Amino acid sequence: MSEGFISRAFQGRRRQTDDRLPPGQYLVEGFPVLSAGPTPRTPLEEWDFSVGGEVDEPKRWTWDEFRALPSEEITRDIHCVTKWSKLGTRWEGVSVDTLLEGVETAAEHVLAFCDGGYTTNLPLEDVTGGRAWIAYSYDGAPLEPEHGGPARLLVPHLYFWKSAKWVRGLRLLNHDEPGFWESLGYHNYGDPWREQRYWGD
Amino acid sequence: MAEIRRLPHRLEWRIGEVLETRHATPRTKSLLLDVPGWEGHKAGQHVDVRLTAEDGYQAQRSYSIASAPEEKSVELVVERLDDGEVSPYLTDELRTGDKLELRGPIGGWFAWEARDGGPLFLVAGGSGIAPLMAMIRHRAAAGSDAPCRLLYSSRSLEDTIFAGELDHLASSDGSLEVVHTLTRSQPPGWTGYARRIDDEMLAEVAPSNEQGPLTFVCGPTPLVESVATALVGLGHDAGRIKTERFGPTGG
Amino acid sequence: MDEHRLDGNATGGVLGEVFVFETTTAEGACDRCGTVAHVGQQMAYISDIGTVLRCASCDNALIRIVQNPRGYFLDLRGVRYLRFGR
Repeated sequence: MSEGFISRAFQGRRRQTDDRLPPGQYLVEGFPVLSAGPTPRTPLEEWDFSVGGEVDEPKRWTWDEFRALPSEEITRDIHCVTKWSKLGTRWEGVSVDTLLEGVETAAEHVLAFCDGGYTTNLPLEDVTGGRAWIAYSYDGAPLEPEHGGPARLLVPHLYFWKSAKWVRGLRLLNHDEPGFWESLGYHNYGDPWREQRYWGD
Repeated sequence: MAEIRRLPHRLEWRIGEVLETRHATPRTKSLLLDVPGWEGHKAGQHVDVRLTAEDGYQAQRSYSIASAPEEKSVELVVERLDDGEVSPYLTDELRTGDKLELRGPIGGWFAWEARDGGPLFLVAGGSGIAPLMAMIRHRAAAGSDAPCRLLYSSRSLEDTIFAGELDHLASSDGSLEVVHTLTRSQPPGWTGYARRIDDEMLAEVAPSNEQGPLTFVCGPTPLVESVATALVGLGHDAGRIKTERFGPTGG
Repeated sequence: MDEHRLDGNATGGVLGEVFVFETTTAEGACDRCGTVAHVGQQMAYISDIGTVLRCASCDNALIRIVQNPRGYFLDLRGVRYLRFGR
């Protein structure tokens, strides 16, 4: 990819490097929104979350049922593959472990699917063991639609494209199925600490 | 068989040089660029401008070309957005002699050539005037008599880009009409429209659908969407309305 | 109103790096709803992660483009065909 002509005195938005950040990242002040499609506006009465695929018994929760599940506060750093990061972001959500409680499966892979058709794939072990949530609140307020509300997947240990906005369920699979960006040049796993941004990294 | 438009080559980033920067209005600036190897453009097209910082960070934005194809240098109009990343650099920092990386011309879809004929109905919001100004200038340079009406929404008269030139062109060309609407403040004695473009205004200003106008709408996304929707609601042929959204806040 | 969407014309820059032909006037048939329209008439979602051109009628992803250090990635599965011409 072409490097670009350096524009005299151009600095761009404030971005700070920080020792706490993975390689190649910088801190931003706002919370950038990257859009791949129209913002879904599913009414809560129509919203549901399901766990299915290679499971003994599929599960489904309505919004009220989902919100009645035990939830927790999560404070984590997040890292976008486009190089911005935010430290100490605060969320509230239901652990994926809670949603998978009692689910019997031999599957090793997960595909998260969302309103609007977005998908992302992860190893099952990366959304369990306290590493992933379905988050409905950011920074003390209900998650805004443009940031993925009413609920998004939150998997902070991987690049943020894996924290799928407008998530509606997890499909457990025996095979790995690359998602929306993984099928088009972005790394299948996406570990920011090993800078796994693109295919071949 | 239909003529296939061939670009001479793939679009590549190239370097233009700033010939002049001009204050257009309190919030906007015109940049006049010399782009070596420029092969010309069609009125309505845009360029993508890319800025790279010393650490490799890049930011890219699109700017419509305001100059007519007949002009030698490429004119861009930049509205300074206070929380912008690229526009403040272009309006506050960039000077004559500086180089600017750009790619273009882009977008044969949102373009008009004199041979396309009219009548033309152009609707602009703020800096959305840029590509439409290229069309108006091209129309004049080509000696076209296709009827052309511009409906132009600005905050105030002093914020109206190209106000003087539009006045001059309209007064010397009977088939060009310019209708302004000033949404925030109006000069004393103003008898023109003084509100955001709405259905009623469009019903009064737009050429009738029977005349088969070619319509181009450009400006902030909310304006473009409401105008396009309103025109279709008034019975205009959606296939003859072309839109160029600038995004939520403008260019 | 979705404030992040632009007109298909805005994809002309990145598509112009891949195709020799003018792309915004190219005509495509959506493989989900069958609507035939020009690229310029469709909806563009452009961000640093990639560009998605969506059908203005049904939001189907027609064309997806990613440009990264590994090259240009193009997914055209959402269109049955693209016709370049005037």
